[in-house]
Amino acid sequence: MEPILKARNLTKRYGKVVALDQCDFELYPGEILAVIGDNGAGKSTLIKALSGAVNADAGEVTLEGQKVNFSSPNDARNAGIETVYQTLAMSPALSIADNMFMGREIRKSGFMGKFMRQLDRKKMEDFARDKLAELGLMTIQNINQAVETLSGGQRQGVAVARAAAFGSKVIILDEPTAALGVKESRRVLELIQDVRSRGIPIILISHNMPHVFEVADRIHVHRLGKRLCVIDPKAYSMSDAVAFMTGAKEPSQKEIEAA
Amino acid sequence: MPAQDNYEAAASARGTEKFAEFSDDRKGIVSRFQNQLHATPALVPLIVLVAALVVFGLLLGSKFFSPFALTLILQQVQIVGIVAAAQSLVILTAGIDLSVGAIMVLSSVVMGTFTFRYGLPAPVSIVCGIGVGAAIGALNGWLVARMKLPPFIVTLGMWQIVLATNFLYSANETIRAQDIEAEAPLLQFFATKISVGGAIFTYGVIFMVLLVVVLAYVLRQTAWGRHVYAVGDDPEAAELSGVNVKGTLISVYMLAGIICAFAGWALIGRIGSVSPTSGQLANIESITAVVIGGISLFGGRGSIMGTLFGALIVGVFTLGLRLLGADAQWTYLLIGVLIIAAVAVDQWIRKVAA
Repeated sequence: MEPILKARNLTKRYGKVVALDQCDFELYPGEILAVIGDNGAGKSTLIKALSGAVNADAGEVTLEGQKVNFSSPNDARNAGIETVYQTLAMSPALSIADNMFMGREIRKSGFMGKFMRQLDRKKMEDFARDKLAELGLMTIQNINQAVETLSGGQRQGVAVARAAAFGSKVIILDEPTAALGVKESRRVLELIQDVRSRGIPIILISHNMPHVFEVADRIHVHRLGKRLCVIDPKAYSMSDAVAFMTGAKEPSQKEIEAA
Repeated sequence: MPAQDNYEAAASARGTEKFAEFSDDRKGIVSRFQNQLHATPALVPLIVLVAALVVFGLLLGSKFFSPFALTLILQQVQIVGIVAAAQSLVILTAGIDLSVGAIMVLSSVVMGTFTFRYGLPAPVSIVCGIGVGAAIGALNGWLVARMKLPPFIVTLGMWQIVLATNFLYSANETIRAQDIEAEAPLLQFFATKISVGGAIFTYGVIFMVLLVVVLAYVLRQTAWGRHVYAVGDDPEAAELSGVNVKGTLISVYMLAGIICAFAGWALIGRIGSVSPTSGQLANIESITAVVIGGISLFGGRGSIMGTLFGALIVGVFTLGLRLLGADAQWTYLLIGVLIIAAVAVDQWIRKVAA
């Protein structure tokens, strides 16, 4: 099977620090790939290089076999890669609908839209409501509610719904459960599986081993700026994964080849 | 996965609650009022405006509550109202524009000087004056967005530069009202009056109201307007969501410059002459109107209707207290109180988020 998103020899330096050292990466269609690694291992830089927020110094990224060159997050979005950042990237004072369509608003058709540039609020609100309902984020009474009045889990839900609504090829989730309580984390994990069941592959960056082992199909272990190995969560324990991540244990040659 | 204590099963087992339940369980009149204000931030200045009208109406009777007096307030606030509309746009992006008054005066001087010193037709001079306003605004925006300089510093510097340019260029000469009336009446276009009963509306007043209505539409109903709010709210989030933050900022400062140039044109109508020493307090007065109007100085919150109400509140206090025979210092004192109260209310409204 061909990977949908692939990177070869990605390198990124910040001064003397090598954040990415000839890193390889593959994401296959329909899977949830977890990326784990210790702080400073270069996970974030890898993700930013894939989502266009960082320009790699060397190496190439291919999407569905085509070489791509993202110079901004917008390029990646237009190519169908949506990212949910850890900070969620939402404007707290604006409404749920405003946030979902930020940067890709729908204008009315006809005179009002073309010449008066009027937005089609009803269409955007209906779409936002539909998307939230699709993901089981039901009973939204007021789609015009400001995002800052939502709880952390609800905000995460809206951010994931936004990504799922527009991400046609790949969705990247950066620490989606880090700031959430137990119950809200549970809902977000269900949401992730829901999105995967629609056939959209997901890259999940997380520090939470139980969450990673629960939902991931494969686990990319990142260490010292590159991919150390890729492991199958069914064949390894969480302690193995943590040992690889921290360097307490070296993967065997077989495990490296599997990567 | 090895067997483990699956502590999260407990959470999902009783997870019958809906995830995105947006029920409002905060009760009580005060918190409901707080939520209402959060949704409609122009409500506070509107209430203050109506209250001020009622109080002065009761104290002064028909001396205050006449069509003439009430429309006089509109005429007195028109310049500040127009400039405050420009200031609102900038403050919504979490910036501030201290150069608004200077841009206004320089634009009016350019309109006058081009007509009288170089003999250009008045319409051409007016277009040049508006062009000057747009250019200075765009330069402000470029310095803020591209050079990443703080708006306060950029516009503090620009205020001095533009004001000095204004005095050097005009040689501190005033163009007399009679000359303008005789040779280029178009410059006094905004002084044209429409009388309805005892009420007198000038074109300047009508322009101010139309400007605010148009901007309210643009801010609320167009993508550009939503981007202005998003940039003021959280520029990084806006950038990651795909908003052209730099472009939005530059367009906001440029539009503010254009509106200030129109204020300069209206200023000629208001005072009759072209005077390089006029409008010195427009920057502070415009910020006052914006703050009393409930627009947050931290950006991203408030409505431009509030700014109009804010300007009118200042006008009502000024005229009302003068008619009462009070010392003018009482006006300043009360406006100072209003400014602090308005910011306190803004902070309180924000607590809805918590």
